[in-house]
Amino acid sequence: MGLVHLAGPDLARQLEAAVADSVEEWNDDAVWVKTPSIAGVAEFLQADPVLDFQFLNSISAVDYIGYFEVVYHLTSFRQRHTATIKSKIPGRGESIVPSVYRVWRGADFQEREVWDLMGIRFDGHPNMKRIMLWEGFQGHPLRKDFL
Amino acid sequence: MTIRTEPMTVNIGPQHPSTHGVFRLRVTFDGEEILQVEPIVGYLHRGTEKLAEERNYTQIVTLTDRLDYVSSMINNQAYCLAVEKLLGAEVPPRAKYLRTLTAELQRIASHLVGIGFILQDLGTLGTPLMYCFRSRERILDLFEMLCGARITVSYMRPGGVFFDAPTDFWPALDQFLKDFDTEFKEIEQLVLENEIVMVRTRGVSLLPLDLAINCSVSGPVLRASGLAWDWRKMEPYDAYDKVEFDVPTAINGDNYDRFWLRIQEIHQSVRIVEQCIRQIEPGPVRADVPLVLRPEPGAEAYGRVEASKGELAFYLVSDGGISPYRCKIRSPSLINLTVTEHLLVGYKLADMIVTLGSLDINMGEVDR
Repeated sequence: MGLVHLAGPDLARQLEAAVADSVEEWNDDAVWVKTPSIAGVAEFLQADPVLDFQFLNSISAVDYIGYFEVVYHLTSFRQRHTATIKSKIPGRGESIVPSVYRVWRGADFQEREVWDLMGIRFDGHPNMKRIMLWEGFQGHPLRKDFL
Repeated sequence: MTIRTEPMTVNIGPQHPSTHGVFRLRVTFDGEEILQVEPIVGYLHRGTEKLAEERNYTQIVTLTDRLDYVSSMINNQAYCLAVEKLLGAEVPPRAKYLRTLTAELQRIASHLVGIGFILQDLGTLGTPLMYCFRSRERILDLFEMLCGARITVSYMRPGGVFFDAPTDFWPALDQFLKDFDTEFKEIEQLVLENEIVMVRTRGVSLLPLDLAINCSVSGPVLRASGLAWDWRKMEPYDAYDKVEFDVPTAINGDNYDRFWLRIQEIHQSVRIVEQCIRQIEPGPVRADVPLVLRPEPGAEAYGRVEASKGELAFYLVSDGGISPYRCKIRSPSLINLTVTEHLLVGYKLADMIVTLGSLDINMGEVDR
């Protein structure tokens, strides 16, 4: 058994066809999409009957100093495949990413956690406030420049 | 004539015996009925992900013990699998069996705590919980024989396990399984068709399957809503492809189903443990990997297991150094809490406590 991992040019082409000018690059593991098209891509990934990504496993964020990367791990229970979607956010200011809350409600606490610990805001999230740390806490501890 | 009553907002927790740790709910009541719920977490936040960036790959095993501290073996396993994926390391067969065996014993212990506390929350103060803890205690004793610790085990290492089981471990395990057979039957007889349990939990806090999937719910809570999805079956790791077991599911997704499902899963875990004992063969228990690990720069891995609470995963990113560049923990307890509001609104205060118990969250893992 085991699940098929979708990635590479195949998935990239499908995403590009559904949401114009959305794909940035791809490799054997993941597809990078442009930040403004995240919500549109998410909607397509969930609604398309062949891709059928009903389940959002996790949202992670990584600080690469020059840019941030948001990583979405997805699973389809019916089609038995997985995928990894990533997006690069350049700069170190208060970065803003479209929320996928309306597509997967499982993003609720995870997006709040990314905001709290990494300082990336999600536009369209109904309750974008800190989750682990208290309101009034200065900074975002998982950033590499937080000491 | 109807009398209008003012809704009242109450804080349940962070210090409250039924919240199973430092968890707070801000609840608005109309009399006994719940109108609005907001879960507030973070009281046990220790910054595990940040700490992991400062420790080397082997040292992080000790941090994973302190996530879900009633199932630390499974946390060890999830982390070690992620590191092995990062390194491309192969684990010797005996180590795979030892991991599967200890992880299943831990699942039994964790589910015993889960069902024990649901009964406690129903108001059966003490007795059924102690029946559950009696068996759990024996499992912790077995862990002590393996690694000297009962809760914070740190038994597994990237590439295998820390040490082979001592010779007197195997007769002790056989004795435990023999006793557990009768002990668990006793618990089942007491609670499975108990009228009070039925009346109080059936049809309460229903979780429809489509909502569960959309809210990223996993583990027993998802299976109680009707989907037979278990990562041990779907993406077998360690020795799970060598053993036979079923994935129990329920239909209604109410408190009773979540409670009942954990009891069924304990039976399957016992089956797996018995098969491991039969199949395990002598051999090395740890692959020849260096003590200080340095994965390739830019390598990354998403290693997941079916933990007792749901899908537990570690997302590791390496920059070629001795510590991970990023160590993200996908915590099933936190994500399962996404459905709290849906499960509680419209039900009564007394049911709220039971529903929380049926979700079986662990604050060490929610807050990390």
